[in-house]
Amino acid sequence: MTITTDARVVRDRFTGPAIEAEHLVKRFGDTTAVDDVSFSVPQGTVLGLLGPNGAGKTTTVRMMTTLSRPTSGSARVAGHDVAREPELVRRSMGLTGQAATVDELLTGRENLRLMGSLYGLPKGEVRRLSDELLERFSLTDAGHKVVKDYSGGMRRRLDLAVSLIATPPVLFLDEPTTGLDPRSRVELWDVLRGLVRDGTTLLLTTQYLEEADQLADRIVVIDHGRIIAEGTPLELKDQSGQAAIVLTVSHADQVEAARALLSAHVEGVHVDVAARRLTAPAEGLHDMTRVAAVFERSEIVLDDLGLQRPSLDDVFLSLTGHRAESDTASGDPGDTGDTRDTRDTRDTRDTRDPADTSSTAEESR
Amino acid sequence: MTDRTLTTTARVSTRPGPHDYEPPGRPRQIATMVWRNLKHIKRQPEMLTDVTIQPVMFVLLFAFVFGGSIRTDSGSYREWLLPGIMAQTMAFSSFIVAIGLNMDLGKGIIDRFRSLPIARSSVLVGRSIYSLIHSSIGIFVMSVTGLAIGWRIRGGVGPALLAFGLLLLFGFAMIWIGVLVGSSMRSPEAVNGLMFTTIFPVTFLANTFAPTEGMVSWLRTVAEWNPISSLVQAMRELWGNVPPAPADAALPLQHPVLTTLIWSVLITAVVAPLAVRAFVRRTTD
Repeated sequence: MTITTDARVVRDRFTGPAIEAEHLVKRFGDTTAVDDVSFSVPQGTVLGLLGPNGAGKTTTVRMMTTLSRPTSGSARVAGHDVAREPELVRRSMGLTGQAATVDELLTGRENLRLMGSLYGLPKGEVRRLSDELLERFSLTDAGHKVVKDYSGGMRRRLDLAVSLIATPPVLFLDEPTTGLDPRSRVELWDVLRGLVRDGTTLLLTTQYLEEADQLADRIVVIDHGRIIAEGTPLELKDQSGQAAIVLTVSHADQVEAARALLSAHVEGVHVDVAARRLTAPAEGLHDMTRVAAVFERSEIVLDDLGLQRPSLDDVFLSLTGHRAESDTASGDPGDTGDTRDTRDTRDTRDTRDPADTSSTAEESR
Repeated sequence: MTDRTLTTTARVSTRPGPHDYEPPGRPRQIATMVWRNLKHIKRQPEMLTDVTIQPVMFVLLFAFVFGGSIRTDSGSYREWLLPGIMAQTMAFSSFIVAIGLNMDLGKGIIDRFRSLPIARSSVLVGRSIYSLIHSSIGIFVMSVTGLAIGWRIRGGVGPALLAFGLLLLFGFAMIWIGVLVGSSMRSPEAVNGLMFTTIFPVTFLANTFAPTEGMVSWLRTVAEWNPISSLVQAMRELWGNVPPAPADAALPLQHPVLTTLIWSVLITAVVAPLAVRAFVRRTTD
């Protein structure tokens, strides 16, 4: 056991932001991939870096994880400067990259052993942690299978498990759920929530608005290398457009009465007769409860009453003038590496089912 | 000490994190990389065809198809041929490094390695050591095949071991060529194309399969100064397969051991810095 108490004390004492970026800039020749990006992530929280393909998300993560040198600006991970103390940064964080970062010819267990060994973990410790991680990621049965035979979801889970073998306090996840089916995606979200509960700080990039909404405490929206908006998911939604009261009447013959009643209390009522649905702009929750009380006292029977906040998709549209999903939908496989693709021939990442981010049901929050 | 450790804030996981482990020493890093590559062989034994089936096929083809019509200064062509095939197999170790390295560089796993608290060079050194192991398997297979078809070591143990040592040294030099090509090319296909059109003919343009005497004079000079020729001549002499080169032979063939040493050092000295530079450039952005 080589647990160095001193290092542990240093880690425990550090209470500053887990991740900090200050005026990060990255240029590749004439193109500026990342343009003056600054943010700060408190310990134990999740930052979602949201943007379309080619926005500069991956390049930002690569700079924060010492894989790429910033053209200018600085960044710190767990208090260590990425340029001056890359070694300490690497000891403080785990990275799950966009392309699969596991060894396809090794089994799941061997991949864990490989990384555990490269982190300097004692052999017995590697075995114990491997069992634990395989269990936690529902890979116990697949532990002895070669990764080549894994499904996309299993591979992603293993990728994450491998990053966790040394329990890094900070975790960078570059599009962790890209290429996953909806069920695997929700499973992965649960795992990530568990990590945050245990105190891990997460920075995740995503093109999925729903994902950022589900996981992130704060969201930084970037487009063309620049930060165009920042805030909690709620703030971002409030920032763009109003919320709306939506109510569905049970019986078609009561739609007219409902319209009259609603119009007496709020302005700008819109009626969709066929769907028996009425919509009206609202300031917030108190408008909805007021309307709810009014209908409670009336004879009108409602199927549903709710407050609909604009989705992050709407937010993105209002911020950038284009939908977040549109770039992916074109499915250009060459557009994976956030401008660095011209330099390398990397695995072209899956661009399967980019559009299944059912961006409805926003009122669930 | 303990009470300080226990004042962990609720936020921080009580399990040890990467800070709590000393990063592994260089030997463990390299050993782990070699282990990884050896596992690859276990999963894809066909990776070894280049040092097993292919050279054995060459031995058999040359020994039985061309053997009858090639005159050498050795008692038997088969005995004369075997050091040639061994040298060729070792020259191809550059191939093995180049393809393997290039495939790693094209995958996300290289990013993973670079995000770990280990030296970047461990990836290279591990792969080089692996490649020497890979080629050594080939040398072993060749030796057994050779013994089966009539090749013998007729000299002493010392010279015999020196011959194997020279072979490994030459392999070490070739690895740098592999690192250079593997780091510079964009895809394994490109690596294959380049290596096949360069290393492959170079291994033929020598005394590997046929004596140089029959070549036109300029080609003969090229062949005799080919590093492969010195290596092959050295092995043949050290194993007692041929008598020492006559006094009128080309200079490298009169001092084959020394020339092989010089060539190996020279290739390493010239190519290694270029190779390291190419690798660093490829893994930096």
